Amino acid sequence: MTAPLIQLRGVTKVYGSGSAEVQALRGVDLEIADGEFVAIMGPSGSGKSTAMNILGCLDSPTAGAYLFRGVPVHRLDRDQRALLRRAHLGFVFQGFNLLPRTSALENVELPLLYRGEPRAARRRAALAALASVGLQGREHHTPAELSGGQQQRVAIARALVTDPTVLLADEPTGNLDSQRGREIMELLAALNRDRGITVLMVTHEADMAAYARRVVRFVDGRLDSDHRQDGVPATAAPQPEKA
Amino acid sequence: MWWNTLGLALREIRRNLLRSFLTILGIVIGVAAVVTMVTIGQGATRAVSEQITSLGTNLLMIRPGQRMGPGRDAAGSPPFRQADAEAIAAQVPGVAAVAPQAATGAIAIYGARNWSTVVYGTTNAYFETNNWTLADGRMFEEAELRAGSSVCVIGATVRRELFGAEEPVGSRLRLRNISCEVVGLLRSKGQGGIGQDQDDLVLMPIATVQRRLTGTLNVNTLLVSMAPGADAEAVKADLARLLRERRKLADSDDNNFNILDTQQLADTLSGTTQVMTTLLGAVAAVSLLVGGIGIMNIMLVSVTERTREIGIRLAIGALGYEVLAQFLVEAVVLAALGGLIGIVLAAIASVALSGLMGVPYLFDPAINVLAFGFAAVIGIVFGYFPARRAARLDPIEALRHE
Repeated sequence: MTAPLIQLRGVTKVYGSGSAEVQALRGVDLEIADGEFVAIMGPSGSGKSTAMNILGCLDSPTAGAYLFRGVPVHRLDRDQRALLRRAHLGFVFQGFNLLPRTSALENVELPLLYRGEPRAARRRAALAALASVGLQGREHHTPAELSGGQQQRVAIARALVTDPTVLLADEPTGNLDSQRGREIMELLAALNRDRGITVLMVTHEADMAAYARRVVRFVDGRLDSDHRQDGVPATAAPQPEKA
Repeated sequence: MWWNTLGLALREIRRNLLRSFLTILGIVIGVAAVVTMVTIGQGATRAVSEQITSLGTNLLMIRPGQRMGPGRDAAGSPPFRQADAEAIAAQVPGVAAVAPQAATGAIAIYGARNWSTVVYGTTNAYFETNNWTLADGRMFEEAELRAGSSVCVIGATVRRELFGAEEPVGSRLRLRNISCEVVGLLRSKGQGGIGQDQDDLVLMPIATVQRRLTGTLNVNTLLVSMAPGADAEAVKADLARLLRERRKLADSDDNNFNILDTQQLADTLSGTTQVMTTLLGAVAAVSLLVGGIGIMNIMLVSVTERTREIGIRLAIGALGYEVLAQFLVEAVVLAALGGLIGIVLAAIASVALSGLMGVPYLFDPAINVLAFGFAAVIGIVFGYFPARRAARLDPIEALRHE
């Protein structure tokens, strides 16, 4: 692999104009390799969410370059970015963002629907993804019939079902109690470790960031610190690790 | 992709069954109204032309005076004589039968019952010119016609009012001061094209009416039926020429009689009902348009309500046109569904109404297809704007939407 997975070069993002102008990002350089588990931290307004939107190809930078496997994302139009998301990215949100009144199975099948996979293949892949997050037997429950932790697992299954290169998680534990939050983090860490999926996660909880092996901190739209760690949280000590 | 989109749309419609139903109600009513109006209108048109045909096929009615209708200028226009009828029969080619008609109102009395009706003095040619057949009894005999005997043939209404269930043929009824034997009963024709009762009449030999009821030799109307395939214009021209000659009109004089072609009357009347049909259909089409606006309204609400869902779809890689297609297909499926239900309702309403109004039920595939197609087009037109709005949403904004 010659090109690194993700490269940000001098990325700036400006919202509004004139006196209402807000500089969300002021020249960010960041490189992320395949198989990393990166936690993005920082106070509110530090630009971490903006960075996440750009990394997730939902938004384009005002200036600077974003290369995804060498592809200049900053030059792609709306639909081309959608195709990139469809092919390589999986999203997990703080608010779960499942389709209401739709079964877990159908929610997980959704990304495959847009990929044009045949019905039988969709069903098979969705069942496997739900099983991999430990939701066998809940396939036909609607989000309203599932607990918060289970809903987030459905969301993770939906992100996994396309076999993405990168999983982007925006405050995935923000709406969960700490026990459910730790379970979700274990799941993300296992996916990173066992399946080699690159995980990018925004969080402001230090004990959740402890699961990551690299922590990037934003302050005032700039990269403030970037350090690596072993990725084993102190609080998780009593639980035996599989690997 | 299109199957999937259709599946998505159907799922969404099923998920909001009540709202979907209310959304399409406008289209349902619009389509049902258009199709019912046009179907009933066409039935009425058919009924009118059938009933005018029942007046007599290829019938020409000749009356003195320059024009038809109320206040016509009969004064100074001499009436016809029976000899005119005979001359026409003998001299005009293309004429199948000519019947003179002398009409007068009279009260018919039988036993304790009486009934005000119209008495037509005529000949047996009348049965042919005016398409009458006998339900019972016989026509007039030559001797009766010549002698002006007191015999009559009565219509179904007169029979019902005077005789009820009794057998009329052979009985005697009284008309003014003459006692007259019923020799025949006409087969009922039912209501006429303009609502009149065609069966309310008594036929007598013309000589009897002239001598004993009207007291003149006047003939009010000449009824001429043309031979099948005869050229109506040529026959009318020949008739006019002959009558002008017999009435001694100078070349500079206008006709002091007029010839009414029932075929023309039929065309005029069915033309009128067609105009009515078109007008009613147009009014109903406006309600279809209103139904379309209803769909747009609900689709806009739906897009706003489902903003977050659209955000999710866009985030996981749906393209703009795929979201557009989803909402557009949803609108079109709703409209088409409304169209189908409307057509079914229209069929039920048309059958019921045509029974009630006494017009035939004519299934016209064209108007059904047209109304359905129009409903679907309305779905596309009014679904496009909300769908485009959905497709253009910013996924980040949409995901943040509460």
